[in-house]
Amino acid sequence: MSARAVTPSVRAVETPFRRIVSDFCANPIAVCGLAMLAVILFLALFAPFLSPQNPYDLAQLDVMDSRLPPGSKTAAGGTFWLGTDDQGRDMWSAILYGLRISLSVGVIATVLALVIGLAAGLPAAYFGGRAEALVMRVVDIQLSFPAILIALILIAVLGQGTSKVIIALITVQWAYYARTVRSAALVEKRKEYVEAARCLALPPARIVFRHLLPNCLPPMIVVATVQVAAAITLEATLSFLGLGLPITEPSLGLLISNGYQYLLSGKYWISFFPGIALLLTIVSINLVADQLRDVLNPRLQR
Amino acid sequence: MLVYLIRRSLQSVVVLFVMSLLVFAGVYAIGNPIDILINPQADQIEREHAIAALGLDKPLWEQYFTFLSGVVHGDLGRSFVHSTSALGLILERMPATMELAFTAMVIAVLLGIPLGLWAGLRPNGIAGRTIMTGSILGFSLPTFWVGLMMIMVFSVMLGWLPSNGRGPTTLLFGLIPVSFMSVDGLQHLVMPATNLALFNVALLIRLTRSGAHEALLQDYVKFARAKGLTNARVIGVHVLRNILIPIVTVIGLQFGALIAFAIVTESVFAWPGMGKLLIDSIGVLDRPVIVAYLLVIVTFFIAINLAVDVLYSALDPRVRLTESKG
Amino acid sequence: MMPSVTKLSANDDHARAPLLEVEGLRTHFFTKAGVVKAVDDVSFTVARGEVLGLVGESGSGKSMTGYSIMGLVDPPGRVVAGNLRLEGRDLRMLSEEDLRQLRGNRVAMIFQDPMMTLNPVLRIDAQMIEAILAHRRVARAAAREEARAALAKVGIPSPDERLVAYPHQFSGGMRQRVAIAIALLNDPVLIIADEPTTALDVTIQGQILFEMQKLTRETGAAMIWITHDLSVIAGLADRVCVMYAGRIVEQGTVFEVLSRPRHPYTRGLLDSVPSMSARGARLAQIPGMTPSPLAVPAGCAFRDRCSYATDICRKMPAMEPVGDPAKGHTIRCFHPLRVERAA
Repeated sequence: MSARAVTPSVRAVETPFRRIVSDFCANPIAVCGLAMLAVILFLALFAPFLSPQNPYDLAQLDVMDSRLPPGSKTAAGGTFWLGTDDQGRDMWSAILYGLRISLSVGVIATVLALVIGLAAGLPAAYFGGRAEALVMRVVDIQLSFPAILIALILIAVLGQGTSKVIIALITVQWAYYARTVRSAALVEKRKEYVEAARCLALPPARIVFRHLLPNCLPPMIVVATVQVAAAITLEATLSFLGLGLPITEPSLGLLISNGYQYLLSGKYWISFFPGIALLLTIVSINLVADQLRDVLNPRLQR
Repeated sequence: MLVYLIRRSLQSVVVLFVMSLLVFAGVYAIGNPIDILINPQADQIEREHAIAALGLDKPLWEQYFTFLSGVVHGDLGRSFVHSTSALGLILERMPATMELAFTAMVIAVLLGIPLGLWAGLRPNGIAGRTIMTGSILGFSLPTFWVGLMMIMVFSVMLGWLPSNGRGPTTLLFGLIPVSFMSVDGLQHLVMPATNLALFNVALLIRLTRSGAHEALLQDYVKFARAKGLTNARVIGVHVLRNILIPIVTVIGLQFGALIAFAIVTESVFAWPGMGKLLIDSIGVLDRPVIVAYLLVIVTFFIAINLAVDVLYSALDPRVRLTESKG
Repeated sequence: MMPSVTKLSANDDHARAPLLEVEGLRTHFFTKAGVVKAVDDVSFTVARGEVLGLVGESGSGKSMTGYSIMGLVDPPGRVVAGNLRLEGRDLRMLSEEDLRQLRGNRVAMIFQDPMMTLNPVLRIDAQMIEAILAHRRVARAAAREEARAALAKVGIPSPDERLVAYPHQFSGGMRQRVAIAIALLNDPVLIIADEPTTALDVTIQGQILFEMQKLTRETGAAMIWITHDLSVIAGLADRVCVMYAGRIVEQGTVFEVLSRPRHPYTRGLLDSVPSMSARGARLAQIPGMTPSPLAVPAGCAFRDRCSYATDICRKMPAMEPVGDPAKGHTIRCFHPLRVERAA
């Protein structure tokens, strides 16, 4: 017996999914995060129905309404709850649409990067050899540079535009997935069920995708959740710097950058509220990701 | 130890070489070199002159060698906008960025490690939980937005701090212009440095906390207590010495990240560093400057990685001594 | 088997007053899954200079007893009841600072795995000197000299070189010697050794055992030797306590308990040691498994595995003396075994 205090590990019999859910709910903060995330997703999904005004329909805008503080009244008797920006757009509506764009760009980029990372990392781990060494070397070198740098350089080389931004986001992210799935796959590869599958002379593709992949998923889920938040932040930063999404796809970052110039004259709301929306989105994703990580980590099973 | 040093240095040189190849490929082979290196407003005759002068009509491998020799001599092209050496421009702005990054790192260490230690020692107390939740905020807050809010609160509403620019500089060691020596300089430095430090404070809090948490479960802590050592010594010497090793390496690596993230902070606070120069250059397509920045940054990163590796082996006696035996 | 000779001090009264008294010790762990009674009503005494063996399987609570005495029980566990008296002082009444002053000073502990107990990033001399400086005001150089002498005493060659080395540069046996040296630095009256030889090779085990025996005889320190290995106890200890599921089930002199075990569990333990005389015969085993700490059977914890169990065993048996009361042999059982073997 080691000198460490012995707290016996007793595990009741329950399905893994149930256990994950119950472990997750053990942390009230994480549950709050999940709830907040659900609300945000709802708002983003139904933005056209929920916003009082379509902020990108020029016919609905009146420049006389521009730069009004929060709580001002519209000509039609409604209220600009969060004020208006320099073109007379209702901030609340702009934020709802902005959420939509920020979230969709973030999620699309993450999903595509996940697929690419898996496609690179899993076979590399399974087949090993020089291919693996090469892939991992590329991954290591890429990961030693900060994401924002890589993204900026890509934008500089490729030019601007929505697809270029998504390409940049994917390029920045795939390496994380490749590395994570490779570590997980290396561990799983040594387990007996892989050996058994090989003895059955199953084709390698089947072993990799039907057997290895599902068991490598838990850490991938955690990484993906965190990365969605990172992708959203990165896109917002790029848009803020004027190098992100074009004006036709105004994400939250662009909204914030619009308001930058009015900050010094005290018209804070043009930057403030989109920032809060961004903040809440990212915080809720990170809270969920944090708890997921603790719940899915086999080493923390006590 | 020496063998290790030499081996790592050689590795770094190789990586540097590979990166120069990639940059070259990016500029000359993939991108249109003419657009990248020659001012787009030049007319036909000037273009032909420039093409010939830059050797763009020569075969690719010859161009690479010219490029390499240019790099070695410090000639990375002339900026379209400023008409001076691109490398010179970068080097001129470097001290400002370094000062910002360095100050941010100091702030992050002074705040992050003690707070993380506290949270690790009392994970279930109110302070511990608050610190951890706070650290999640630190991660989640988009740096640029926090910068904007800082300006809003401290410059516009409270009027305590200036909203942009760098303070007056004095020469440190007679060579490097720094601005923290004067009160005005400090006032300009505080907000951008704190803004930049935010992410790292959160990171260090989490690292220190998990390190301390894990360390406390180790047998050597129990043994130290069994020897009758004071709590202060157990934590301050036994625990800290163990967790500092990985933390120091993270700090080193993060320094590179700070220089990159400074790009954003410099834009928000109009701090005259390399990052702001890069953004401006991307905006106006001043490509020689972009290339020069790239090469400088890559060199920096490789140097930092090397330094961190060496530092790690110097700090951890297990690595140091097995290396020297081998 | 002759019991080892207890060192007699000039002052007989002083020698006879127990050094350590443990009465009704209970250490419970309050986990999410329930309360684990790691130590459940344990009582014994240790006289000056005596070696007490604490024997049991993993999970029997023997290590936890040691920690409880040292005050090193980590949450979610804590000592919930019992009297602990060292040299007459009530350990549970002491402040944390007073307890700290006792640890490493009057009571020292040696752990099982010396690699993990020595801090890998600190030098040996630092780890030894701090143990001295924590309790006495001496000059650093003097402390260093003491450390050096201690290393020499435990049989470590070239102590000067060893002092500036790091733990990973030592072999397992050497590291344990260093741990023993550290334990002896401040001349403790009681050493608690928690399976110190379990992690070592058999030949090294023998060396360490010999060293410890020699050193405790020289210094007159008492020892509580915690182990699962009966053969170690046989050669080393004066008295032995056999533990099962957090309770002591049999207690007495080594000679009595090992040659005339009265508790079925002790009998089972002794029988399961493979011996040369039973070549080719099936190895004896105690049927069943140690109960999970959360599901200890009510009453006698051993009854599910005992071939002598009856209904009465559903009640908790108390520690009762058996045989000649002067010999101090007690067991916790309703069905003490009859004496089968002659002495």
